[in-house]
Amino acid sequence: MLSMSPIISVANLSKTYGSGFKALNGINLDIRRGEIFALLGPNGAGKTTLISIICGIANLSEGRVTVDGHDINKDYRAARSLIGLVPQELHTDAFESVWATVSFSRGLFGKPKNPAHIEKVLKDLSLWDKKDSKIVTLSGGMKRRVMIAKALSHEPQILFLDEPTAGVDVELRKGMWEVVRTLQASGVTIILTTHYIEEAEEMADRIGVINKGEIILVEDKAGLMQKLGKKHLKLYLQSKVEAIPEALAAYNLELSEDGRAVTYNYDTKGDRTGITSLLSDLRNAGIRISDLDTTQSSLEDIFVSLVRAP
Amino acid sequence: MNWRAVQAIYLFEMARTWRTLLQSIVSPVVSTSLYFVVFGAAIGSRITEVDGVSYGTFIVPGLVMLSVLTQSIANASFGIYFPKFVGTIYELLSAPVSYFEIVLGYVGAAATKSIILGLIILATAALFVPLHIMHPWWMLTFLVLTAVTFSLFGFIIGIWADGFEKLQMIPMLVVTPLTFLGGSFYSVNMLPSGWRTITLLNPVVYLISGFRWSFYEIADVSVGLSLGMTLGFLAVCMVMVWWIFRTGYRLKN
Repeated sequence: MLSMSPIISVANLSKTYGSGFKALNGINLDIRRGEIFALLGPNGAGKTTLISIICGIANLSEGRVTVDGHDINKDYRAARSLIGLVPQELHTDAFESVWATVSFSRGLFGKPKNPAHIEKVLKDLSLWDKKDSKIVTLSGGMKRRVMIAKALSHEPQILFLDEPTAGVDVELRKGMWEVVRTLQASGVTIILTTHYIEEAEEMADRIGVINKGEIILVEDKAGLMQKLGKKHLKLYLQSKVEAIPEALAAYNLELSEDGRAVTYNYDTKGDRTGITSLLSDLRNAGIRISDLDTTQSSLEDIFVSLVRAP
Repeated sequence: MNWRAVQAIYLFEMARTWRTLLQSIVSPVVSTSLYFVVFGAAIGSRITEVDGVSYGTFIVPGLVMLSVLTQSIANASFGIYFPKFVGTIYELLSAPVSYFEIVLGYVGAAATKSIILGLIILATAALFVPLHIMHPWWMLTFLVLTAVTFSLFGFIIGIWADGFEKLQMIPMLVVTPLTFLGGSFYSVNMLPSGWRTITLLNPVVYLISGFRWSFYEIADVSVGLSLGMTLGFLAVCMVMVWWIFRTGYRLKN
């Protein structure tokens, strides 16, 4: 079935720059229709290079990329007309009006004039009252939204957002998330890279982690959290403890500095979490508990542990 | 063909022209008028005539060409260099447009602008000296061919340049001297024979000679040769542009 086939398919993609630097190394990645896919990775991991190749800004060295079945080189017109791109850097014309620059983008993508659509895009992005302003007079956050408006001007099926909320204040960021969700609801596939892990955690259906030019993991967000998620059980003690008793050494407990709490790290994936036996062993050791709470690793913790791993 | 994209680029570039009207149109007209005052009136009064035409009238085609050449290069090189400089080139590269369409939009707009400018200068010249154009269609043909060819050349410079300095370098160090030495202000036949031979290596000579022929039927070289050389340079520029896009030179890494 067509709808089940990936909307973007990247196979054995490598990119070596003229300097010999290998930015991407054998990337295989399928993007599903209609999903929000978050690509995470430290600076220089190859996120932007990957996006640039798919969108036609950089040439690939090896491999193949298809967009809705269209090869990005052989059939670039069909492939590119499906894609809207919002790059990371704020690249805007200075002296054009917002309306003119957004309309220009629509024309560039070969779409007939449609003022009603441009109006809707500008209103959705809270830019309508700025439509006649020159871009140079806008704030950074507004310029970012102008770039999103340009990308949406030609009604793309796929939207790439390279660090869309960098330098955007919290309120605006939430507004942008709303726009992204509305787009997804209308059937647009969204691929975003972000510095803000909370953004991926909040928005994405699936998450890919890229490091040193290689995809090291692609997973459903929930699955990823569960698979790699460590939970932490913090036990608050009724009275201060100087040291953890020998009998409890096997649990690898961490004693807080004030000696009034211990933390037990356990894996939710494991068959036995060891919580029951820990609690009974604590009681046997004469340690009484006044309160407890559990926390789960955030995506950020997972991410850091992935890219730091040797 | 993505005609809408060609139209979008063309109109975008033309909008830039109207926005910078003073710099685009007024300043070349003023500088050309100054040439008329200096060469036509002041110095020209000492030179009676060249090849049977009064000196002031003789220099008109050369002056028009001088502006058309420099403005074509300036318009087209800036038109494509600026998106590279501010980064908006990303949109052009990621759009479903062919290289041919990009060139058509940018070069078309740059050439349009310099053709308009050439005609304005011609009209300005008519205020100073009596003008009679013997072959108006040939005049337009040479004007359009030159504008297109040098807009293509400017486009190449704009892609090659990685700084404003380089953007200025070729027009200033190569094109302006070639134009001045290409017979804008004199007939090549006025030169000693040795210099004459060297001058014939200058491609601009053929442009100006052909253009002047369409006005007064006087020429330094045969009109067929002028046309051939102009078309030849056009072909060279086209091949260079084709190569640039095929390899992604200075556009894609």
